[in-house]
Amino acid sequence: MSATTPSAAPTAAAGRTMADAFATARAEDRAVLLGFLPAGFPDVETSVRAMTTMVEAGVDAIEVGLPYTDPVLDGPVIQAAAQQALDGGCRTAEVLRIVSEVAATGAPTLVMTYWNPVLAHGVERFADGLVAAGGAGLITPDLTPDHGADWIAAADDRGLDKVFLVAPSSTDARVAETARACRGFVYAAAVMGVTGARTTTSSLAGPLVARTRAVTDTPVGVGLGVSNGDQAAEVASYADAVIVGSAFVRCLLDAPDTESGLAALRDAATDLAEGVRRRA
Amino acid sequence: MTDVVSEPTTVTGVDTPPASPARGRWDADEHGWFGDFGGRWIPEALVAALEELTVAWKDAMADESFLAELDAVGREYAGLPSPLYEAKALSEKAGVRVLLKREDLLHTGAHKIRNVLGQALLTKRMGKKRVIAETGAGQHGVASATAAAFFGLDCTVYMGAVDTRRQALNVARMRLLGAEVIPVESGSATLKDAINEAMRDWVASVDETAYLFGTAAGPHPFPSLVQSFTRGIGDEARAQCLERYGRLPDAVAACVGGGSNAIGLFTAFLDDPDVAVWGFEAGGDGVDTDRHAATIVGGGAGVLHGSRTMILADSDGQTVESHSVSAGLDYPGVGPQHAHLAATGRASYEAVTDTEAMDALALLARTEGIIPAIESAHAIAGALRIGPRLAAEHGPDALLLVNLSGRGDKDMVTATRWFGLDPETATTDPVGDPDSDPRA
Repeated sequence: MSATTPSAAPTAAAGRTMADAFATARAEDRAVLLGFLPAGFPDVETSVRAMTTMVEAGVDAIEVGLPYTDPVLDGPVIQAAAQQALDGGCRTAEVLRIVSEVAATGAPTLVMTYWNPVLAHGVERFADGLVAAGGAGLITPDLTPDHGADWIAAADDRGLDKVFLVAPSSTDARVAETARACRGFVYAAAVMGVTGARTTTSSLAGPLVARTRAVTDTPVGVGLGVSNGDQAAEVASYADAVIVGSAFVRCLLDAPDTESGLAALRDAATDLAEGVRRRA
Repeated sequence: MTDVVSEPTTVTGVDTPPASPARGRWDADEHGWFGDFGGRWIPEALVAALEELTVAWKDAMADESFLAELDAVGREYAGLPSPLYEAKALSEKAGVRVLLKREDLLHTGAHKIRNVLGQALLTKRMGKKRVIAETGAGQHGVASATAAAFFGLDCTVYMGAVDTRRQALNVARMRLLGAEVIPVESGSATLKDAINEAMRDWVASVDETAYLFGTAAGPHPFPSLVQSFTRGIGDEARAQCLERYGRLPDAVAACVGGGSNAIGLFTAFLDDPDVAVWGFEAGGDGVDTDRHAATIVGGGAGVLHGSRTMILADSDGQTVESHSVSAGLDYPGVGPQHAHLAATGRASYEAVTDTEAMDALALLARTEGIIPAIESAHAIAGALRIGPRLAAEHGPDALLLVNLSGRGDKDMVTATRWFGLDPETATTDPVGDPDSDPRA
């Protein structure tokens, strides 16, 4: 089981991995807060500042989104942000550079990406680039373990985290198969639907986490829909990590200017970080 | 072809059944792989729905009552089987005998009615009440809206905002048929973005909704499922050809965008080693430019919309916008079975430019009195190109079977602009090519 062999990799990733974030959180008896922003949104420089701001405000680990032209699992907020990043010319090379700057903060830094950009870059070459940047690993929303042999091998060779998703519709057998393939954590996509902040957290999340826990010791993170500290506290009561994306993106998308956007982002991150520390 | 499994090529009986068994060696394996292409590159959230669909589809295709109902609907409502017509004037131009499979005469004007009737009947069998579909030019959307009206299903069609503006008539048709049409503003606001948006709807609505996929692409089982509903094109044509000529055609040809009409024609002939198989992609301004939609001729392998196939993408794997005068071929991907047929050499693919296709459209109109869809005009242009090669190999009596996949009514705005046919400004003979009429 991957959780019991975190250091088996021959070439450990240069940066910190999710295992480090979970160790810290466990010592403090709380959940991990994982924050997402698309690389290059609203521009390359600001995206680095934004992610650094999130870390300073208490976000434990960062998901750097690699913007892609056809993001089928993303709702309008992240689509708009990714499109803006692409229009600004942000491509794989810039994403890896952003990863290295964010990883330099000391927070485990994952890349979240649809599969074709990795395929086009070359799976081995992408994995090498991630190691060189100090990245922790990859979250792959449209790659399931049964199609991921190349990536699994490349990640195993380098000790990179490999995070696959389970869904409320997944059969128990697929939850087990997916959890077995994960290192770092298992991503429980808690609503049937695309990314986006929701006013209530999903009633599907708890049962999905329970089903996942039943078959793995690997930590379970819950994503899709969390937008404030109260929701974070609720999710933190049953999950190992709380994942927040659209709510952060919205801070920058809605802001009249960069500085006020970063301020809103800091406030949101602070609220969410307080949430994962609240005793449920 | 080198690995020929021999079958007698002189067929005498007129009652010979279609050649291909339910699962032939060119079909996908149980995981949806055609050689190195296909598969299911999708969010985990959709896996259960695709599994459910796969089981329901296989069950239906093994159920005589389902097949009988589909057959009856096809005959009584859609006009199946479509005629096979020997186009003598066009044949003179091509140098061989050209047989047109007249899918343009079917209800809603194209082969797409075969696919949607099959999928809509399957939806009813699965107990779902709502269908969603993507559409580019609007043909699959119109067909889906038609099938939904016929079977009493709710229908939502996603269409790129650029396309809703270009194809206002088809938007009106869909709405008249009772469908909700949702313009998609994201990305490039064209077909690929309509597919993205339909998938997003489906991720959130799989319990009560079926996704009527418009072409033989996407994640497993769609490439195989769509093939199973469009393969009647080739099965019928094969039987019609044997009945009338006592032999198989020497070559079959079709246009290829996503590839549903082409795979529908090709399937019946893939195990006939002496039948050459030709697909014609949309070459736009030319495959040596960056404005085309020829994924096999001018693209590379990658993953798009759930399938590993040939796609148009840049070196970072970002999808590149395609271009074609034909909206129905204007898609940066292609069905994975075509990628496999190309890789194995069983089928040959070439690109036809916008200009070649429009010339062929005018030629067919003037010589045969048939205005084809611009999509189908690519196949006509391809036939004119390979005709002389076939004649050199087999003589002038060679039979070249071409799928006339749809009619051109929907393309009259494009044709009017292309040929300058507007009565306000047109010259006396705007098409202007005396060679267009061989009898002149």
